[in-house]
Amino acid sequence: MSRMVVNATVNGEPVEFLAGGGQSLLDALRDELRLTGSKEGCGTGDCGACSVIVDGRLVCACLMLAPEAEGTRIETIEGLADNGHLHPLQHQFLEQAALQCGFCTPGLLMASKALLDRNADPTESEVRYWLAGNMCRCTGYDKVVRAVMDAAADLRQAEKPR
Amino acid sequence: MSDGNQGGVNLKVVGQRPIRPDGVDKVTGRAQFGADFHLPGMLTGRIKRSPHAHARVVSIDTRAAEKLPGVKAIVTSADFDAGAAGEVEAGESHAAMKEVAANCLAHGKVLYQGHAVAAVAATQPEIAAEALDLIEVTYEVLPHVIDVEAAMAADAPVLHDDMYTKGVTPKPGKASNVAAKHVMGRGDVAAAFKAAGVIVEGSYETAAVHQGYIEPHACVASWGADGQSTIWCSSQGQFLVRAMVAKILNMPLSDIKVIPAEIGGGFGGKTTVYLEPVALALSRKCGRPVKIVMSREEVFLASGPTSGAVMDVRLAATKDGKITGAEMTLKYQAGAFQGSPVNLGLMTAFACYDVESLALTGYDVVSNRPKVAAYRAPGAPMAAFAVESAIDDLALKLGMDPIDLRLLNAVRDGAKTVYGATVRCCALVETLEAIKASPHYQTPVGKGQARGVAAGFWFNVGGESSAAVHVDEDGGVTVVSSNPDIGGSRASMAMMAAERLGLPIERVRCTVADTTSIGYSGSTGGSRVTFATGMAVVEAAQKIVADLKRRAAQTWECDIAMVEWKDGVATCIDPAKDVKPLSMKAIAGKSAKTGGPIAAEVSLNAQGAAAGFGVHVCDLEIDPETGRTTVVRYTAAQDVGRAIHPAYVEGQLQGGAAQGIGWALNEEYVYGKSGLLENASFLDYRMPVASDLPMIDTILIETKPNPRHPFGAKGVGEVPIVPPLAAVSNAVSRIVGRRMTSLPMSPAKVLAEMAK
Repeated sequence: MSRMVVNATVNGEPVEFLAGGGQSLLDALRDELRLTGSKEGCGTGDCGACSVIVDGRLVCACLMLAPEAEGTRIETIEGLADNGHLHPLQHQFLEQAALQCGFCTPGLLMASKALLDRNADPTESEVRYWLAGNMCRCTGYDKVVRAVMDAAADLRQAEKPR
Repeated sequence: MSDGNQGGVNLKVVGQRPIRPDGVDKVTGRAQFGADFHLPGMLTGRIKRSPHAHARVVSIDTRAAEKLPGVKAIVTSADFDAGAAGEVEAGESHAAMKEVAANCLAHGKVLYQGHAVAAVAATQPEIAAEALDLIEVTYEVLPHVIDVEAAMAADAPVLHDDMYTKGVTPKPGKASNVAAKHVMGRGDVAAAFKAAGVIVEGSYETAAVHQGYIEPHACVASWGADGQSTIWCSSQGQFLVRAMVAKILNMPLSDIKVIPAEIGGGFGGKTTVYLEPVALALSRKCGRPVKIVMSREEVFLASGPTSGAVMDVRLAATKDGKITGAEMTLKYQAGAFQGSPVNLGLMTAFACYDVESLALTGYDVVSNRPKVAAYRAPGAPMAAFAVESAIDDLALKLGMDPIDLRLLNAVRDGAKTVYGATVRCCALVETLEAIKASPHYQTPVGKGQARGVAAGFWFNVGGESSAAVHVDEDGGVTVVSSNPDIGGSRASMAMMAAERLGLPIERVRCTVADTTSIGYSGSTGGSRVTFATGMAVVEAAQKIVADLKRRAAQTWECDIAMVEWKDGVATCIDPAKDVKPLSMKAIAGKSAKTGGPIAAEVSLNAQGAAAGFGVHVCDLEIDPETGRTTVVRYTAAQDVGRAIHPAYVEGQLQGGAAQGIGWALNEEYVYGKSGLLENASFLDYRMPVASDLPMIDTILIETKPNPRHPFGAKGVGEVPIVPPLAAVSNAVSRIVGRRMTSLPMSPAKVLAEMAK
């Protein structure tokens, strides 16, 4: 089976990996780069457990072909914390117990980051509709939505000019 | 301190909301779930599944597949040991191993679409997929039957030639799909109906629904040349997986080590095996580690779900609302093999109410669907849907407030359940009163909206558990739990140990051990872990405290009775001794001089788990154009004994309510005429997403701590899925103007009812 060399930037670092023509970005991340934080819950783009950010856009890594990643900048859950310092979203998910089993959590965090990157002050409805592509079966979403809104407030506070 | 219940006062850790010990791993992507594990030389395993609902397997030809380069092993049911007889304890029930084996790899017949018939291990996923296509299975297609009442009909195709209905005398003359008939009751029901001032009755049905955990089943199995094998997998019980695999492959338990991965949701659905014996059989054949991960389609086709049900209920009551008698018949789908939770449906149906006369009948019925697995309070939500709908009818008929009617009939301590237990430490009345007084219930129903109320019950269980507490040389502590942490139990284990040891929570960590590193434990199921394994943790911590006091007494050369342990420090209360208090750190640092390492392990069989009660209230509206129901406000109250980590207890209430709302409104297994599942994907199965739900308010009732648990905990995980089906449907029925009797109340069904 012929495989092609793909060059991309993952969490700020240049990477090179081999990808089959039919291989998903998710499989490449998990099997070639061993970044197993992105999860496969369905493989059909319905559950969002594989959410990553590619060139600033939120995508399901299971729906993107690995060779399409050539030349892109990819953000995954492994890069969300900054040198060991948790992102406000990660901090709020922990503070508010917004996870139970934790399997959907990486995808929810990346989708939430993509939201806060473009909307610093989302309403509850905006959070709920943005996250409608990320299934969580444990929490009923209550604490997840609260954590995202509180993380947004934390980020706004941090960015205020002193 | 005795081992009795410690009051709510003076607790320093229990009742707080610390960050869970495994939290950072789970928000950074480091936590290793079932599919994340990788070994050198590992092969990919794939499963060949039946395209038919019901067929005889005439032959399986693997020759072409074996010749494909990269294929290392192929197995069929012939590679299992036919001797897999006997039963294994599995969560809330027992599993007949012969049937578990035949569910993992079909033996003679395939009984549902997706039933596994063969498996292959290959060097690449693509090769494994190609090999599956090369395996030629010849089928003789048989007539199939999907629905429960059709399966009970005299002329229905019979799945198992040797299935004669149990619980019927004399033994039936011919085989049928009715595996068992259960009968339960008391009193004089006929007299109750004869004397009744009011009678309500109804027939109800619910669809089969899936647990819907987001993590598909996954495992890696590695067989060693000496027969010693290791399995890494995501399950609700590493000991359960070990027991089942050992039976199916006829191996000694001690030759199998099961390492629990993090588990991405289970809700009961991971209290059995599907992949593990297959992966180990493949590994045994080729000597290399084999990983198998289900696709989502495979999860829907071949794992879970819980029973769809057909139910009849009839209530007799006095004119002032006292329920005096009830009749109920439950027919539950078991899937392809016997074992629906119908008996649990019978036991729980009226458990919230003090009803003098009861006549309850249940049927466990097989059909050409995947074998059901436990799902959160197995058997209870459907029965509660029927009973709570009937009670709502009674409230309407009598013009009574639905809470007042339930208060009038609520069980209290000392009442006898239909299955013989005596109700104790029950706070159903307080839970009903809390809902009645809640801001939600006190707010008038919004314009165009309706409100529904329902109650629910679950037993909760205890059982066998083990835990260890190790004191590190620097005075920190590691708790070793025997149960996979499915929703934050590492936090509650660490908190209970910290409380008893007098340490800050940050000094206590918790790990989940493999089958070789801790004593046996039952599964993470039955809402048992915080109760039973928690009890083992607290007893181990108590042993540590006793040991620390002995060591302090030895150091001070005083009587142990003169040593007090408080806030993680030993103090000598003998006025004759002028000694400085000894901290945990000081004692641990010099443990070699006082007897060696400080550690304790406790194994026990926890008795006295207390039942839980929940009451939910739901406000919703319906779009008359589309029939779509939107829940706009929801409050769940529950009798929890005492919440160890209240945020995770609230999370159980919220998550259970959300699953129940999905069960009520959207979720169902849809079959076509050919007996094939038409919606085996998340897109078509349609579980609730964030935009479908409102915030879910919670009220934790802590007025009746469980005296049999050191801190008063009751199980909390299952109760919350029992009330929502009826809470939602009672509200929908108000808007529709007619009793909704069939779940899910999909938009099409609601529109059709509204048009009547």
